[in-house]
Amino acid sequence: MTLAPLARWLRQNRGFAGALLLFAAIYLVYNLMHPRGFSAAVFVQNSNEAVALAFVAMAQTVPVLLGGLDLSVGAVMTLTNCIASELVSGSPAQILFGMVATLLAGTAFGLMNGLVVVYGRIQPIIATLATGAIAMGLALWIRPKPGGEVDGDLNWALTNTIWDFADTYGFDADSPWLAPFADLPVPILILLAIAVLVWVPFRRSVTGRTVYAVGSAEGAAYMSGLPIARAKIAAFTLGGFFAACGGLYLAIQTSSGNADIQQAGAYTLNSIAAVVLGGTSLLGGAGGAIGSLVGALILRVISFYFRILSIDPLLQPLIEGLVLLVAVSFGAIRTLRVRNKLDLFR
Amino acid sequence: MTEPIVEYRGISKYFAGIRALEKVDFACRPGTIHAILGENGAGKSTLIKIMAGVLVPDAGEMLLEGRTVSFASPDEATRNGIVCMFQELSLVPDLTVADNICISDPPRRFGLIDRRAQVRRAEALLARVRCEDIDPHALVRELPLSRRQMVEIAKALGRDPKVLILDEATSALTSRDVQTVYDLLADLKGRGVSSLFISHRMHEVEALCDTLSVFRNGQHIETFAKGAHSDTEIVRLMIGRDVEAQFPPKPQPKALDPILTVKGLRWENRLNGVDVSIGRGEIVGLGGLDGQGQKELLLALFGVLRGVSGSVEVAGKRGIPSSPYAAKSGSTRIALVPEDRKTEGLMLGMPIADNLLAAAFDRVSRGPVIDSGLASRAVAEALAKLQVRIGAPTDAVMTLSGGNQQKVVIAKWLMVDPDIILLNDPTRGIDVGTKQEIYRLMRSLADDGKAILFYSSDYAELIGCSDRVYVLYDGRVVSELEGDAMTEEGIVAASLNIDVEAA
Repeated sequence: MTLAPLARWLRQNRGFAGALLLFAAIYLVYNLMHPRGFSAAVFVQNSNEAVALAFVAMAQTVPVLLGGLDLSVGAVMTLTNCIASELVSGSPAQILFGMVATLLAGTAFGLMNGLVVVYGRIQPIIATLATGAIAMGLALWIRPKPGGEVDGDLNWALTNTIWDFADTYGFDADSPWLAPFADLPVPILILLAIAVLVWVPFRRSVTGRTVYAVGSAEGAAYMSGLPIARAKIAAFTLGGFFAACGGLYLAIQTSSGNADIQQAGAYTLNSIAAVVLGGTSLLGGAGGAIGSLVGALILRVISFYFRILSIDPLLQPLIEGLVLLVAVSFGAIRTLRVRNKLDLFR
Repeated sequence: MTEPIVEYRGISKYFAGIRALEKVDFACRPGTIHAILGENGAGKSTLIKIMAGVLVPDAGEMLLEGRTVSFASPDEATRNGIVCMFQELSLVPDLTVADNICISDPPRRFGLIDRRAQVRRAEALLARVRCEDIDPHALVRELPLSRRQMVEIAKALGRDPKVLILDEATSALTSRDVQTVYDLLADLKGRGVSSLFISHRMHEVEALCDTLSVFRNGQHIETFAKGAHSDTEIVRLMIGRDVEAQFPPKPQPKALDPILTVKGLRWENRLNGVDVSIGRGEIVGLGGLDGQGQKELLLALFGVLRGVSGSVEVAGKRGIPSSPYAAKSGSTRIALVPEDRKTEGLMLGMPIADNLLAAAFDRVSRGPVIDSGLASRAVAEALAKLQVRIGAPTDAVMTLSGGNQQKVVIAKWLMVDPDIILLNDPTRGIDVGTKQEIYRLMRSLADDGKAILFYSSDYAELIGCSDRVYVLYDGRVVSELEGDAMTEEGIVAASLNIDVEAA
């Protein structure tokens, strides 16, 4: 009896389950091959490298669930990264203000995306192509050259283990109740905390459900009297928030801001790849941000392999491309089951 | 008689100048089950869409329990107790059954959807429609159509309707479920709910409804209690006496050499063993109500559907074309003029010339290169043959009127010189003059030895154009009419699958 719900969950979340399995497998092998595998140092370093992309992938997920695409996520991350590099320093109050202001800026940018899409009646892909360029312009205006200053303690505390976090802020780092968690990397906990505190409630709200309904069958959503405009605006706003989380974290991690256009573009494209790897349908309606988080981790783990296997780093794009292609091909298998070939074009 | 719950006063609705409803007065009362009858395009859907808040009337007013109301969205109608189940299901396929049943007002705890309460509510409602077998956690996508309809019914019940509109709500149900729905409607009737029932199955209407309203050509003809008119009279009311279009004369029936023979064609649950045969030089009509498998039959013959079983013989060769490309380029060429010219027939933004050549590029090419001389000659010929009125062949095809667009679609297929021409409602939404040109063209093509199979929702057209008519019902041919047997009464009766011998 207890197996039936599990089987159903697997059937309904094939993509996500597959991503989870793939991630577990390649990360396990990676640690086995790594000379210092399964150590806190490796976990900390890996999670630091994965967090920004994971946030951006979560940001991309929400518009994709609507059946759209947000080409501005990388740029919004870059913009908030530059804002944070200006604001997140000084007294604790100033630091806190800087962090909140950064997150609000990204959220506001997402809200603007949503308003442009809904009231400007523009397709998300082109609307966000334009607003992404605007975000990039603002980022370059704020920070024409890489640099900036982010509080050093914050950098140390958030990019290491729980033990280091407690130690930095003067808690008793060696207290016995902290011991079981002392070696966990802070960045991955931040990521999970945001996912659980923001994404999970959103998914269970009426607005969140409307996002899924719109992506799955907008006509049926309308006929069922769901708040479609509100859901679209909320989707882009939430995307802006997640992108800002990524930007803020990147600023803290690198202690600086960098309005790098190529980096912004790469993050946007990788976010789409992560969303697809994580089992979210580009047609909308099925999937979720947690899947994209896993998708982002998969992309990062692939790049870790290049370091330990001493493969020519120039081959990295080639192999990443192949892995992505194979992974998404599995998702396309169901089109073989379509009975009316006209449905393929609708 | 009780006060009406919903009342229409002089409601009119037009689409692009074409009347869908005109000055309709209509009322439905609490505690009744009210059937709405009419041919395709009589205005039934428009009537209920206005009530459900999908359409806003152009003139007239609607009263709900004596107050004037006007609904801007389906949501508003629902909140006022008018719940509609549409023919096209209003379920979201990627959400679970429980999500869908509770979609407009889910139970919440601390502002978030309470999934357990939602499942409990879904289970209770599913039990009320005796569908305990449906798992509330299943995705709607995973359910067969008949189960989805029951979910839709459970969803509608959950909204506490005062007026429940069922638009072809029983079309896919099993007989057990139909009985459940009957019991449910009887129960709702006892509680003072007014149910509006649209069905093309006369026997369902007989069994269920106490009041009947007949619509025709956007007008409300008559409302009467069950039993006030016989079936024959009802069919007459539905048809009326309309002016007919002019049709070209038909040749004397003669023995024809069959070019297309279809036996036992099946696909999903839409085609349930269709038998059809057409000879060279013959025009065969497909009749019946909308959605009885006519469109699927044409798509299957054109190689669009996968998993079709049954036997098809084209000019002595067995087998169904595997794709539209195979259909148009075989030794016996098949063309299909599709249902929706704007999406499947034309590339609206492209020039008229390119649209005309789309199916026949290989005929105007030398090797891989399109020969512009051949192409422009072919285009000029096609335009002249069909007398398409255009500015220049380089204009985008969307600049043309509906009638001329349809001529472009037909001309495109004539370029491949097809032996069998399938037409899906070729005169829908076009003016009378162009209609007549298309009728004449069809006849002249038949005289040249082409075989034509066409579906039309317009009975007069079927009778006027066809040498023979097959009437489809529920994915099967229920009747084959020829010569003098092709009357509107005959086709309508066969379409409803009832017996009107006395007509």
